[in-house]
Amino acid sequence: MNKLLIRGGRVLDPAQGVDEGADVLIVDGQVAAIGGDLDVANTEVIDANGLVVSPGFVDIHTHLRDPGQEYKETIATGTEAAARGGFTTVCCMPNTEPAIDTRATVEYVLRTAMSGHVRVLPIGCVSRGREGHELAELADLADAGCVAFSDDGSPVADGALLRHAMEFASISGLKVIDHCEDLAISDGGVMHEGWVSTRLGLRGQSAAAEETAVARDIAVAAEAGLPLHLAHISTRASTDLVRAAKQRGLPVTAEVTPHHLTLTHNVVAFGENGNRDNDTLLYDTNTKVNPPLRSADDVAACVEALREGVIDAIATDHAPHADYEKACEFDEAAFGISGLETAFGLCMTLVHSGALELPTLIERLTAGPVRALGLQRSVPNLGSLVEGAHGDVVLLDPAAEWTVEPERFASKGKNTPLACRTLKGKIVATLYNGKVVWSEERVEV
Amino acid sequence: MVKNASSPRTTRVAPSSQKRPAQLTERRAKTEGRSNAADISAERLSPDATWQRRHLLDLDDFSAAELVVVLDTAGAMKEVLARDVPRVPALRGKTIVTLFYEASTRTRASFELAGKVLGADVINVSAAGSSVQKGEALLDTIRTIQAIGADVCILRHHSSGAPYLAARESSFRVVNAGDGGHAHPTQALLDAYTLRSQLGDLRGRKIVIVGDIAHSRVARSNMWSLTALGAEVVLCGPPTLLPPGLNDAAPDAEERDLPPVRVEHDLDIAIEDADAVMALRLQRERQSGGLLPSLREYARLYQVNGERMAKAKPDAPVLHPGPINEGVEISTEVAHGSRSVVEEQVANGVAVRMAVLYLLLRGEQP
Repeated sequence: MNKLLIRGGRVLDPAQGVDEGADVLIVDGQVAAIGGDLDVANTEVIDANGLVVSPGFVDIHTHLRDPGQEYKETIATGTEAAARGGFTTVCCMPNTEPAIDTRATVEYVLRTAMSGHVRVLPIGCVSRGREGHELAELADLADAGCVAFSDDGSPVADGALLRHAMEFASISGLKVIDHCEDLAISDGGVMHEGWVSTRLGLRGQSAAAEETAVARDIAVAAEAGLPLHLAHISTRASTDLVRAAKQRGLPVTAEVTPHHLTLTHNVVAFGENGNRDNDTLLYDTNTKVNPPLRSADDVAACVEALREGVIDAIATDHAPHADYEKACEFDEAAFGISGLETAFGLCMTLVHSGALELPTLIERLTAGPVRALGLQRSVPNLGSLVEGAHGDVVLLDPAAEWTVEPERFASKGKNTPLACRTLKGKIVATLYNGKVVWSEERVEV
Repeated sequence: MVKNASSPRTTRVAPSSQKRPAQLTERRAKTEGRSNAADISAERLSPDATWQRRHLLDLDDFSAAELVVVLDTAGAMKEVLARDVPRVPALRGKTIVTLFYEASTRTRASFELAGKVLGADVINVSAAGSSVQKGEALLDTIRTIQAIGADVCILRHHSSGAPYLAARESSFRVVNAGDGGHAHPTQALLDAYTLRSQLGDLRGRKIVIVGDIAHSRVARSNMWSLTALGAEVVLCGPPTLLPPGLNDAAPDAEERDLPPVRVEHDLDIAIEDADAVMALRLQRERQSGGLLPSLREYARLYQVNGERMAKAKPDAPVLHPGPINEGVEISTEVAHGSRSVVEEQVANGVAVRMAVLYLLLRGEQP
């Protein structure tokens, strides 16, 4: 027997409603017990004194870029980034090359992920080649190991196809995830439409582009009577639509990214804080992301919806890119933020500001995303430290400060708008199946 | 007639605010120097007074005093241009590269002439016919120009912000010759020069900018410089061609960093008692893009014509940055009439660009 004791931490397991000083015993890679008086003979010990002990985070929206765009990220580097960010499970989006629309591609991802640092659960395409015309073989993809379906990066623009996808996915008990964007309204916009886009002379993408798609998706889901998950919602009206849908009892779930919870469109022009050189406008391509960073009012609404549980989960939308894809004109730059390694620290700004309680934040990073996609069907007890669960554990120091240094990221994507920013709240160690897959030096194993 | 600068305005884009991020407060502080415009213009400060800039990217943070330095320098340059042999060696040994990713007649020709009059070597690079056509990235082209030994790069680019990237990533100086829909500072400077030569002090003067404001870098730069010089700027155009964010009822209105302009959709109202009218070029693709029913409808509502000009102040000048679509945004009679200063704008463009190049490069040893 291989026994490991995580001793003396504050154990926070929202799935079980646990928030107490306790030890966590892991035996042969599985959680054996939580308590204060555990059998510790022949046991390795991790001292978690002063730390929070949480189930490993679950990211239901990650771009691993593998296969086909390994210059941006690989399953190896992406899962290492996940481990550093406290994520022990990542659901990878299928906008790879080729797209994850066949069993062969799913099997490639799962086989490659066997030697990765954390668990990878693939999301399959809704449509062949993500082209939005014909359904992919959803049942075969499900049998191969997909846990949900999405054409993310693009919306399922055809509402009838969306409905058919939801119906076909229900055969396998899986959900469709839609990227909500009306392309006719967004119309090539490169940032949020508002005063900052006017200030910069950049083409704006209006909030209505997202909101009309959210409204349509809810209507389609309601009529089909089937569950639907909305990726990265970012506006006040989107949160209002989801709130109303939930009040009607519709099985609609939603996620929000750390950047949409904390950054506004102002940073595109003026940067995150006064420490930067603001003599000229920044046109910071590392802030270019889709959906775009919105107004302060939208950010406040997203935080409130997350706190209430209207938004079920925080998802990173980790979107790594090569340097040259960002070191160019703003119009030409790729959309996306490399987010796995900064997600927790960035979200902790909400806890430190009093906008969110720590247990709520942990819930939205663990039990929330598992519930949103129904991942416990694929991995029993995922997102919890209940006895028998995988030994996926993250040790957090909510008060520790660190400076974001993209050049030290494990991810190949150094594209973050947070470079040089000091964040308060860091990942001290990450355990996956009872093994330490990332730790700072100070953790003695 | 000079209006009090604090007279009420119906739509203030950037209302005064209590809570403003530090970086914006600083910007605002610069723009609040605006009301001093006339005093400074009266003093005719020496060109040496204040010019510490490394680049000319936009006029968004120019004080009235600094604008006047450039305009007064341009006045001196006009005297040079009037000589029998308009050549001075002020920038001898300097290398100026014009790098144009978009077509241009006026801007490029006037920059080239400005550099030559001042004795600099001028090299012209166009996207068409250069490595850009082979897919060279902007940064690589910038590095090539740096390696050639350029002292200043005059950049026109179809993407907003491209000159900011060039300025950040190179050791030479950058002059923005028009970036996407963002800024065209030398156009706004020549407009300000032309307006001042027509009207004198611009404080309290009502200047109407008509047309496709949303896509106009000329309008954007002019908003900053004209308001800095104390003018009352009225933007006029159909709602489809006005940029978002000009609504001061929005929740984030107080943090907005935009110049204090007024919006009026009805040209017949906007133009009343105008001291000057600036018509903007209308791109024909705005119709196919669904922003306009037709050019006919646009012209009916927004063409600057004789009938409308009758509502402006007598002798109010008409400006246009060119190239003109006669019969669309401006009628032929007005474009070529006695109030048109379009050709004067072009001529002033050379002097203004000489002033900019001179102020940027003069202190440096070759």
